[in-house]
Amino acid sequence: MIDPSSLTIKDAHDALMRGDFTVLELVQACLKRIEEKNKELNAYLEVYANVLEQAKAADLKLKNLRAAQRAQLSNLFGVPIALKDNILVKGERASASSRILEGYIAPYDATVVRKLKEAGAILLGRTNMDEFAMGSSTETSAFGSTKNPYDTSRVPGGSSGGAAAAVVAGMALGALGTDTAGSVRQPASFCGLVGVKNTYGSISRSGLIAMGNSLDIAGPIAKTVEDAEILFDCVKGRDPLDSTSVELPRLPIGGQATTHDSACQSAGRQQPTTKLKVGVPRNFLEMKGIDADVLENFNQSIERLKALGCTITDISLPTVPHSLAVYYVVMPAELSTNLSRFDGVKYGLYREGESLLGDYLQTRTGGFGKEARRRLLLGAFVLSSGYYDAYYRKAINVRIQIEREFAAAFEEVDVIATPTTPTPAFKLGEKMTDPLSMYVADIFTIVANMGAIPAISIPSGYAHREGKRLPLGLQLMAAYGNDRRLFMLGTLFESAQQ
Amino acid sequence: MSRMSVTIADIEKLATLSRISLTPEEKEKMRGEFDSILEYVAAINKIAEHTEKDARSIVATVNVLREDTEPHESGIYTGTLLSAAPKREGNYVKVKKIL
Repeated sequence: MIDPSSLTIKDAHDALMRGDFTVLELVQACLKRIEEKNKELNAYLEVYANVLEQAKAADLKLKNLRAAQRAQLSNLFGVPIALKDNILVKGERASASSRILEGYIAPYDATVVRKLKEAGAILLGRTNMDEFAMGSSTETSAFGSTKNPYDTSRVPGGSSGGAAAAVVAGMALGALGTDTAGSVRQPASFCGLVGVKNTYGSISRSGLIAMGNSLDIAGPIAKTVEDAEILFDCVKGRDPLDSTSVELPRLPIGGQATTHDSACQSAGRQQPTTKLKVGVPRNFLEMKGIDADVLENFNQSIERLKALGCTITDISLPTVPHSLAVYYVVMPAELSTNLSRFDGVKYGLYREGESLLGDYLQTRTGGFGKEARRRLLLGAFVLSSGYYDAYYRKAINVRIQIEREFAAAFEEVDVIATPTTPTPAFKLGEKMTDPLSMYVADIFTIVANMGAIPAISIPSGYAHREGKRLPLGLQLMAAYGNDRRLFMLGTLFESAQQ
Repeated sequence: MSRMSVTIADIEKLATLSRISLTPEEKEKMRGEFDSILEYVAAINKIAEHTEKDARSIVATVNVLREDTEPHESGIYTGTLLSAAPKREGNYVKVKKIL
């Protein structure tokens, strides 16, 4: 019996290569889970109609390959992967969980999808999300909330909540989400998974439905750091279709590539200890609203890092904690600009009014949900002539300060650690009446998007509520381009827990 | 910086700019939410006073443009893209008369 909820991508790959089971059997195991659990969890919006054909084609290909050719296959060959509903797959629906994209069929593959297809991954379907990725709970989806598999009265996080719920429930072995302020890391944390927001530009944005272009990046959600790195390695890279995309250097840049890094790389994943310097921004952790269990678990994680040989240093980041305030100027500005393309003329929903303006009003009013409207107006506000200097220009200045503060901090330390989220998964509906309380869910994760730096969330333990275990996550951040350091330390941290 | 409260008229103007309609109840609710969100983001004013003038972004706010060259062959995507339009006439999207 294949148990997709405990099977890693790496183990599935090895088993497929050994012939322990076929791609079709693996895919059917995931489909069975979807059949059993999706009604309750609402993780998938749609399973693609050609899933079984994809699996059969993969099995046929595998059968016809010689052993030497098999050894060349990607770790993702034949592995069932879920995609957040804002990632385009040619010929399939994509809605960003919004009514405004009703009936839209993607005319091309996102670059990340092209790369997954080239690797031979099986694309299972599209998963639920907050509308246009605006939210931290999946509750702003036009198609109902996703539930947290650990406690179905709670949210799975968001906006990539459907993707995270799908992976933890065994409805896929890994997933790609997108992260603009924490939308990969926060649901990964709430669902006990690994989530990564890599260096800005290290993964092409071509074919993602844009939210905040200067912040957005696709990101892996998986059970282990190794699986997340496999997904990243498949989809990363410079892409002519995204002029902001970059090729990451092989070795860390932006700080000193320590001898330890190369020693660790040559020793592979067996290196038992690390001499990395880890910075802890205590001023940031003392802000109100941070759950006591989260803080206690974070302190335990720090002890674990010490035991791994890391040196722990308190650091001061005076501007970085204000990232969320900057975000609520920068993001609505970018988002409202992006959402202006939905007008009922080019694609998606069309509702008729009495004039062309009436068509726009009918279509947009009928198509956008509450959070979208709120942010549309906020964007129009911060970009309007009387307020541009007071809000948008100032926010950009503070953002530059944040970026430089990080660069200076990474002269002193190799990695910065915080909790991923200020609380464990909250109850469905708990934060829907007060937008600010929802926004604060991203307080620790947004800082990495603001600074364009890489960050990873790794499971670090549990909080206990009403007899249920709720997963918590440790967030590690590194200097621009130093993504490999996070994968390395993350792997060590993960193995130290077992 | 002290900030004036947002008025219903402000909200109406922003809704017009955003091409959406709001009911009177929605306007009132939005006004209250705007006040609390703008109060929260006002934190940046104080910080902005202490930021270095003309500091240069390293990557986060650097725009990257590509050369406007090497277009694809004309028309090869037209059919696919137009097929997504709700209303179409030949190779055009169809909209209501504006004059």
